[in-house]
Amino acid sequence: MAAEPIVVLEGATKSYGDFVALGGIDLSIAAGEFVTLLGPSGCGKTTTLRLIGGFETPDSGRVRIGGEDVTALPPYRRAVNTVFQDYALFPHMSVAQNVAYGLSVKANRVPRADRERRVQEALAMVGLSDKRDRRPGELSGGQRQRVAMARALVRKPKVLLLDEPLSALDVKLREAMQIELKHLHQQLGITFLMVTHDQAEALVLSDRVAVMKAGRIAQIGAPQELYDRPASPYVADFIGAANLIDGTLEGFDGEMAWVRFGDGSRLAGRAVRSGLVAGSRVTAGVRPERLKVGTGDEGLSATVVGQLFHGGVLRLETKSAASPRPIFVEVQRASAATSDALPPAGATIRLVPATPDDLLVYPEEAAP
Amino acid sequence: MKTARERVAFWSVFSLPFAWTVLFLIVPYATMAAISFWTRRFPTFVPDFQFGNYIQLFTDPQYTTVLLRTLKIAGLTSLTSVLVAYPLAYFIVFTVRSAAWRSFLYLAVIVPLWVSYLLRAYTWKIILGTDGALNSLLLSTGIIDHPLDIFLYNQTAMIVTLTYIFIPFMVMPLYTALERIPKNLIEASGDLGVGPFLTFVRVILPLSTSGIIAGATLTFCLSFGDFVAPVLVGGPDGTMIATVLQSQFGAALNWPLGSALAVLILTLVIVVLTVSRRFDTARVDLV
Repeated sequence: MAAEPIVVLEGATKSYGDFVALGGIDLSIAAGEFVTLLGPSGCGKTTTLRLIGGFETPDSGRVRIGGEDVTALPPYRRAVNTVFQDYALFPHMSVAQNVAYGLSVKANRVPRADRERRVQEALAMVGLSDKRDRRPGELSGGQRQRVAMARALVRKPKVLLLDEPLSALDVKLREAMQIELKHLHQQLGITFLMVTHDQAEALVLSDRVAVMKAGRIAQIGAPQELYDRPASPYVADFIGAANLIDGTLEGFDGEMAWVRFGDGSRLAGRAVRSGLVAGSRVTAGVRPERLKVGTGDEGLSATVVGQLFHGGVLRLETKSAASPRPIFVEVQRASAATSDALPPAGATIRLVPATPDDLLVYPEEAAP
Repeated sequence: MKTARERVAFWSVFSLPFAWTVLFLIVPYATMAAISFWTRRFPTFVPDFQFGNYIQLFTDPQYTTVLLRTLKIAGLTSLTSVLVAYPLAYFIVFTVRSAAWRSFLYLAVIVPLWVSYLLRAYTWKIILGTDGALNSLLLSTGIIDHPLDIFLYNQTAMIVTLTYIFIPFMVMPLYTALERIPKNLIEASGDLGVGPFLTFVRVILPLSTSGIIAGATLTFCLSFGDFVAPVLVGGPDGTMIATVLQSQFGAALNWPLGSALAVLILTLVIVVLTVSRRFDTARVDLV
């Protein structure tokens, strides 16, 4: 039997005036999991985090933490701690005072000697033992981020909430902190719930990712599952890169769904959802690295527009009568000669998925 | 060294403000300081250099009493202003949700500054007087059966009036200081298990001290030099230092003593400003 989940949201809704921030969220997080809420701004991911932290109350629905209904409890009565987006460090206190702040209140009073030891441990954990007497204003962005982590973790929360924790850092530092964050999670065994709009960060760090759209969870699952089997064109587009091409479903051939595209070509793919009927409008999604330049006269006909150099990979930008948007093909640069082997700009080529499983067929979504 | 060209450029920009400063600040202050050492020979006064005027100020109980009273009234005015203005500023910044209401309330606090100062002081004469609004109210509610004359012409009336007149100068810096506190610091405090009261004591109050100091300094200095409220609502035991100062240059015709008094007031105000500046640099900049 599965253990009781540590965080449960049941049908949580929240509106601000006419704006529906959350349209009914159900979420269940197991103890020790690293879950990420991912989505564009305004999708409700931060509101979800704030409901769990206690900074917002849901209009309807419940919030449970550790089996206890905390829906009506203020933040200071919840066994969770938050790392705020811009860290929210107290500017009038030293680093050590910031970290000790949450240990000093009556309800969770820790003996003085013990408190000092825990502050030291927390600062050592984030590698800031030598900065304990500094003020936050004297620290770099990355150091402030660590103080915020130490301040939240020193209270040994059941759940650590992270609101865009790395978004204020530059790229190099962000990548280094991602690895540290992952190590911390593994060491501590605490549940992490993170909010981000950075899909790469979500994929790298999380056990599960919940992709959100307009106040709802569009899909939740392991990163690989989301990448390989996105449940909708929206998720396919948001996670990684995806070529989305509209077409008409011709029919089924066993497992295969045959789709005819605007340029007259026909490709076999895999229907993601059952219940598709022949003749209906569909959207086919295929990742750039799962497309290849075909040798026969099968596949989407396209014209090469140019090559985009990404370092380790090359992208071929092509135009096709099948799609108003450019279709990209990604090629590993195995050697320096790879680009010369690719068709030049202006060449007419045929594009086929590596296997029929790589072409995912969705019912066409209403235009947003 | 500067070239001639640079010197021309320098003086063409700075000669006017420089002349202004010398002519209207330094020369008058120097004159005042000089006269404070003169001797009075009724009905006029002669240039001299002696400390008799200062000695008189510090030994004649007439002046020391007024000076101490003025310090007391200015201090109490500052204190009442903080006590009234802080909850108000806190309410406007943290409790009022709508931005439109916030700016409206803020405007309501500072709009009396556009009304004549004399009129605002006079208002309290009307409220507190024997036939005033307060007496009418108490009479009509039956709390008293004949008008009382205890409200007006005393030090309490002065503190009330001065607080009313100068409280915008307390609300403005407090409002600014409180509004500068990032809301997420308050959320962070709650997140770390600290309830609203201790959050106020440990986060909001320390981060708003700059506003308290600025407001207290302004209200103290303004009420310290006030000479209208004492005349309108002060009564016999409400004489303040500025009133005395004024009379030295008027009825008493003792410019040397008046100048000495002015130098003393100026020194006190400079001390207050320096001390408040010292405290203020101890505050931290918000990250």
